[in-house]
Amino acid sequence: MGEMTMVQAINDALRVALKTDPQVLILGEDVGKNGGVFRATDRLWSEFGEERVIDTPLSEAGIIGTSIGLAINGFKPVSEIQFLSFIYPGFEQIVSHVARLRTRTQSAFPNQLVIRAPYGGGIRAPELHCDSTEIFFVHVPGLKVVTPSTPTDAKGLLLAAISDPDPVIYLEPMKLYRSQKEVVPSGWYEVPIGQARKVRDGEDITLITWGAMVPIAVETASKWEKEGTSCEVIDLRSLYPLDEETILSSVKKTGRAIVIHEAPRTGGLGAEVAALIQEKAFLYLEAPVIRVTGYDVPVPMFALEDDFRPNLNKVSQAIHQVITY
Amino acid sequence: MLDQLEKEIVQYLTPEGKLTSVGELAWGEIPTDLKKQFFQWMTQIRIFDRKMILLQRQGRIGTYAPLEGQEAAQVGSALALSQDDWVFPSYREHGVALIMGMPMQQVILYWAGRVEGCRPPKGVRLMPPAVPIATQIPHAVGAAWAAKLRRESYVSVAYFGDGATSEGDFHEGCNFAGVFRLPAILFCQNNGYAISVPFSRQSASATVAEKASAYGFPGVCIDGNDVLAVFVTMSEAIQKARSGQGPTLIEAVTYRKGAHTTADDASRYRPSDEVEEWIYRRDPLVRYSLLLQQDGCLTKAEMEEWEEECMQKVEKAVKIAESFPKADATHLFAHVFDSLPPSLEQQKEALQHLEGGYPWEK
Ligand SMILES: Cc1ncc(C[n+]2csc(CCOP(=O)(O)OP(=O)(O)O)c2C)c(N)n1
Repeated sequence: MGEMTMVQAINDALRVALKTDPQVLILGEDVGKNGGVFRATDRLWSEFGEERVIDTPLSEAGIIGTSIGLAINGFKPVSEIQFLSFIYPGFEQIVSHVARLRTRTQSAFPNQLVIRAPYGGGIRAPELHCDSTEIFFVHVPGLKVVTPSTPTDAKGLLLAAISDPDPVIYLEPMKLYRSQKEVVPSGWYEVPIGQARKVRDGEDITLITWGAMVPIAVETASKWEKEGTSCEVIDLRSLYPLDEETILSSVKKTGRAIVIHEAPRTGGLGAEVAALIQEKAFLYLEAPVIRVTGYDVPVPMFALEDDFRPNLNKVSQAIHQVITY
Repeated sequence: MLDQLEKEIVQYLTPEGKLTSVGELAWGEIPTDLKKQFFQWMTQIRIFDRKMILLQRQGRIGTYAPLEGQEAAQVGSALALSQDDWVFPSYREHGVALIMGMPMQQVILYWAGRVEGCRPPKGVRLMPPAVPIATQIPHAVGAAWAAKLRRESYVSVAYFGDGATSEGDFHEGCNFAGVFRLPAILFCQNNGYAISVPFSRQSASATVAEKASAYGFPGVCIDGNDVLAVFVTMSEAIQKARSGQGPTLIEAVTYRKGAHTTADDASRYRPSDEVEEWIYRRDPLVRYSLLLQQDGCLTKAEMEEWEEECMQKVEKAVKIAESFPKADATHLFAHVFDSLPPSLEQQKEALQHLEGGYPWEK
């Protein structure tokens, strides 16, 4: 296998899944002939036919609602919501049905479905395309939520999501779709849901993040390394369930933690991670757990998006604060 | 897509620039000044649109949604409205916005990623472009409701595409409009595609217009590239709405000549013979210009003079937009609440005191 971008790796995962498992279907707006607005489903329509790669009417409630009907009959729908910001018409279906079906039927029917959606900012996209609302889904019991930050993880996590017996929300950071190329293993392999990835070893501080913030954490860590402060970087990958083990063992080692996310601060996943650390590693802490996040304002149009998003400077300020505490 | 035009639809002006028999009647009633305005606005927004694509290619604005091909649908409908009518557009109605009184530089600012471009001048009842599909339809119906409750005579228009008719919000908006018999106009520009998905994938019904009967009000399917049919149909619907006779669904059958947005490649999903048919044979501006010339309303020279004027207007607006002062980062916190809660004050302060000066910056 050659080198792939994240979006190519996602495309490859979908191809492998369609080839391997006849129950897998792809549903969404513009996923067929057009190959998806980001080309995540490029050429799958011509390779697998329009009964397996299906352009649907423009209706998120329709896509997600019918996915449930397909899933209880043994299909494994992998639907694409064109942008996470447009998922809301289907939110009712997710919260009231996708997430609860197992409980409400006491596991009588299968409900193996994946909802993919691009999310996040940093690509000068039009208004209302760039929200990071992962927490909405993390907060709903019955859903798993994952997001990759590398092509290899993108493919492995997507295949894990497709073979998971429970519904998975699979979030794709648009900023990383084409930012990096790497050699991606061929065929079917899985990155287990629920396992974080240690991106970088460090001694003094743990930077915990996910999605498009991972490269920012890494960039900041390498700057501080030169100044003598060593940061460990953890990519959560799985936002629900959380890999408590990896988070806690790192913080117990470093004694300091910063959580970085693009979503607004209040009620974000950073709060959950900070609470977890203080509950389970309180006596190891040298300083309070700090969050670097988007502000509690509507995600701005792109002229101000760089000011909205966490960056090297903002993370550095937090690092300075934590090491001088 | 072309099949739809073969069906019964209202047409006043043929693609060859000839008036149909109903067209003849209408033409006699339209004041010369308005006849000129149809041309002037269609020309103005086409020139604007082409400039915007250019600005996008040069990196001076972000992704842009072109409207070329849909000028007659937008101009014919918007010119039928009055100053106190409400308009709820989607993201392709730049022409409607300009006609309703949105300054051109603001439309440019919007596409340059500036939220200031959303705010209409005082007295212009125009909402910002609705980006999530179909969400503006219930808003328009609510505004129509306000008119009815207040016994005021304005009407309210929702503009949307054929794809929008697949969303629940379309159904819910239409249903309220019908149940409460509101002065709302549901104006669908059916350009045949929702990005790549053809109308046949949105609906098993032959037209959008026929859906209206299920909501208990009339639906009309018109040639959306025929500015006269659009104007007359819209005027009638407005008249009905103002006189308490409830909503109308108008389906203007049209075509976007270009891509869905500057980030789209329409050749992936539209056959070239279809595209050519619409570009070369069914263009709204060409057919209307032919009529005007035959009629003697405007000479070719006058038309060219106007085009020149339009280009200057656009250039001027670009200049104003580009010299608009850069937004300060703290503008993130402006207009979020009437007054900022303390926690947001703190966040704003933190942003203001964001310091650089790290060793690697020196
Ligand atoms: C709720 C929602 N889902 C998906 C999208 C992504 N999207 C943007 S435009 C578009 C197609 C819209 O087609 P149509 O309503 O026919 O309008 P047109 O663009 O042709 O004017 C889609 C799917 C969106 N903006 N909102």
